[in-house]
This record gives sequence, structure tokens and C-alpha cells, in this order.
Amino acid sequence: MVEQSDTGLSRRGLMAVGAASAAVASAPGATAAPAQDAPSLATVTLEVNGHKQTLHLDTRTTLLDALREHLKLTGTKKGCDHGQCGACTVIVEGRRINACLTLAVMHEGDAITTIEGLGTPERLHPLQAAFVRHDGYQCGYCTPGQICSAKAMLDEIKAGVPSHVTADLSDKPKLTEAELRERMSGNICRCGAYSNIVEAIAEVAGGLAQGDRT
Amino acid sequence: MRAFTYERARTPAEAAAAAAGEPGVRFIAGGTNLLDLMKLEIETPRRLIDLGDLKLDEIKATRDGGLRIGALARNTDLAADKRVRKDYPVLSRALLAGASGQLRNKATTAGNLLQRTRCPYFYDTNMPCNKRSPGAGCSAIGGFTRSHAVLGSSEACIATHPSDMAVAMRLLDAVVETVRPDGATRTIPIAEFHRLPGETPHIETALAPGELITAVTLPKPIGGRQAYHKVRDRASYAFALVSVATIIHEDGSGRVALGGVAHKPWRVEEAEAAMPRGAKATTEALLSGARTTAQNAFKLTLAERALGAAMAQPRG
Repeated sequence: MVEQSDTGLSRRGLMAVGAASAAVASAPGATAAPAQDAPSLATVTLEVNGHKQTLHLDTRTTLLDALREHLKLTGTKKGCDHGQCGACTVIVEGRRINACLTLAVMHEGDAITTIEGLGTPERLHPLQAAFVRHDGYQCGYCTPGQICSAKAMLDEIKAGVPSHVTADLSDKPKLTEAELRERMSGNICRCGAYSNIVEAIAEVAGGLAQGDRT
Repeated sequence: MRAFTYERARTPAEAAAAAAGEPGVRFIAGGTNLLDLMKLEIETPRRLIDLGDLKLDEIKATRDGGLRIGALARNTDLAADKRVRKDYPVLSRALLAGASGQLRNKATTAGNLLQRTRCPYFYDTNMPCNKRSPGAGCSAIGGFTRSHAVLGSSEACIATHPSDMAVAMRLLDAVVETVRPDGATRTIPIAEFHRLPGETPHIETALAPGELITAVTLPKPIGGRQAYHKVRDRASYAFALVSVATIIHEDGSGRVALGGVAHKPWRVEEAEAAMPRGAKATTEALLSGARTTAQNAFKLTLAERALGAAMAQPRG
């Protein structure tokens, strides 16, 4: 059942209209739109989940909107749209980033992995299976971002990237609970499923190392 | 977001020249702060110049034993660099105390220095702000000031600079390298890079219009036990209420810089003479001239205690 609003448009439809109108509207309150406020269009080719995709879009389009509204890859979620919640986390050239705080046109030729590229309902990624097994969510809205973030976070630990809670900067970091929680702090879960998220990620990583909780 | 044209710069000098030629041009690198502000129409560039192809992301040893950090080096890469971790650990610590893993993967060295204040009134376009509209007035003065400056503020602005990295850079006497629109290069000591608000809080740095940061250079390492002690409202992913960057040598001498207290990283070299006498004596000199409100006076006590903690438990 799709939720209907008073105007008869679905919420999803309204959001799509909102995104589309952003592409044609000029400055709010502008009386006659001067030519310099006209939208500027650009072409960009992204490699999304292994497939080359060429898009013609407004330069204002974020990578998040390009994925969701242009490519219909709606697994990546829009939470705050300001880099504060992590729901839009995707992996670009091997690194996790907030897709809401980067423009699609800045990613010409970049390899982008979204949750759709990690696993499918038939063949879950080990992190997806672990989130299901450990009940690492309630509403599930933050989950794609949590999983993309966790995947890249484990790679960061393997690469030796330190964190705020790494006791000795000259040591190779270990996946303690304190490390896991600190490194995942850019992904907010308003349902508060954190303890189960920790268990799910820890299981895929082969268990937690012992360490102080700081 | 207002419409803008987008292009990719081929050389730093070309980018600087293009940006100086007309108003409404902005450079974009990581974009994590600029795009946020563009969505709110606090920043409204008509032309964006992407610096991503400039290959300014290298971190290289300098001839005099220091380190030259490319303007586009990512915060994650700088914090993880083996030389930084070994010789400038306070810089690694400051970077790792800031933002989230996702943001540090995008945020650049120069962009971190140039990020705007997180003053809630600056972010609220319904409220007057001298940074957004020079002469409009400051809504923070007389408003909710818990997060605001206690040092170096003015009648026009009481905002703080939000960067952790810049506090460590100030402690380490970093030097900012730039290229100007005419192609000439210059260096700016970090102490002179960020400005106090005075009557022109919208002018935040010593950069001229179009001037582009190409690198930040660290002098050769000075050793000592280095620490970055950040106090915030939650354990991770929050801006500092107060942060304290320290270098402490075996004889008790050292350096100290504060974040979260002023419009720029706060360091008073003369106050450092008091470091062997402890946190209380040092902060008395460091915080001299502080102007507080009932809501932010706690920052003075917090600075002293954070310095005390850093002196007692430095982490390398």
C-alpha cells in the first residue's frame, strides 16, 4: 500500500517531483529568472556496481540523487542530506563517503558500489546476512548505509588506518568493540540497534579483539 | 541550491586566475562543507572550479627535514601517514578526533583550514549574521552562546573556528603555501592565516580573492610527548566545546594551543613559559582577556582541566 497524500500523490511521487522541480527552479523569490540562474547541464559517466552509466544531469545533482532519482538505485537512503547521519554511505573508489555531500559531476569515471552491488535478496553479502541474523535494525532505513560503511571500515582497519580510540599510533589497529563503535560513529541508527549492529559486524570480521572500552 | 556552472581546473595558477576574474566563483575539493552550505544557500556560487585533477594530494619530505602536505591530501590519508603518526602525532590525533570516517575520506587539508564556522546563527538564514551579510548584525550576541568564542571575539561576531586539524597545525607552526591569480606564489605562517573577526567577520583568512592553497608545510619534527585532548557533547562525531593540543618535553617545557574557544586556533607563545608550572598557571596566561557569557564561561574551567588531563596522560 503506497501512502497517499491529500493531493493524491504518493510520498515517493512527491519526493520525485521535489527533486525534479529543484532541477528547473531558479533562486527562490526570483521574479524573472535571469539567464545566469538557468540550470547548467552536464554529462558524467559513472561505473556503478560494475556497469558504466552515462547521465545527463543538472550540475547541482548530488551523487545520492543521481543514484536514487536517475538510476533508480533506491537502496542508498537519503536521511539528513547534510552529512550528519550516514544513511547515504556508498563506496567510491574503495572508500566510504557520504553520497549526499558530493556532486555526481565530480565522479567522472569513478567506480561506485552501492548496497545493490554488495548483495541481492538471493545472494546476500555476508554483512547483510549477519545483520538479519543479529537483528541489526528495526526500521531498516539506516541499514544500507551501515552495511556499506561497515564493509569499507573493515578494509580501513586492514589497511592500518588508525582511529580516535587507537591507543598506540605505531601499532596496527585491532577490531576491538571500542574501535568498531568509534569507526561506525558516522552512521546514526535512530532505532538504537547499535549493540546488534556491533555483533553483526564483529561476526563477519571473525570476532572482536580484546581491548579497553574507552 | 542555486544553479552554477562546473569545470575542472588543469593547473593551480589557471584556477586562481579564473577565480579572481569574477565574483561568485568557488573552488571545490572534498566539498563536504561547501555543498552543505550551498544546499542552505549560505554559499551561492555561480561557477564551481573542481580542483580534483590538480594532483595536489602528495605528502612529501622537505629538504630541511619537514613535511609538505599537498592541499588535496585527504584527512584520512594525512592522519594515517606513517611520518605524521611518528613525527607529528598531535596532527594525526587532531584529524582523527574530527568528523566521521566518511567525511575524513573526502575532506582535504586545505578545505579543512577553510571550513566555515558551525555557529547555529550563521547556519540559520532567517537570522541576521555579519558573516553572511556584513553589517546585518550578530544574532549570537545575546542569543544562545554555549558553543561560542570566549577569546578574541568582537562586537560583530562571536563565532568559533570548528577545525581540529588547524589547532594541531598552529601548534606545529605550519606554513600555508599559495598561488595567486598572477601566478606568483607566497607562504603564510599559520599564525597569520586565520583572522580574528574584528569588524569584518566575513573575511576569515589572509587569502586574497582567487588565491589558492597548494600545500601546507610542517617544519622538522620537534619531538616531545604530543596529545590532542578534545572535549565534546558526545564521545564521537561532534565539534569541540574545548580542545587542547599539547607538546610536552621532558623538562616540562612545551607548547599548547586551544580549539573551540576563538575565531582561530588559540595559541599564546608567551603563556607557554608557564607550562613547567602546570595547567593552572598556563591557562591563566593563555586565557587572559577572556570575555564570557553565563552560558559559555564553563569553557575556561574546561580548558584548564583539559590541559591538566593532557599533561597527565599524553598519548603518542
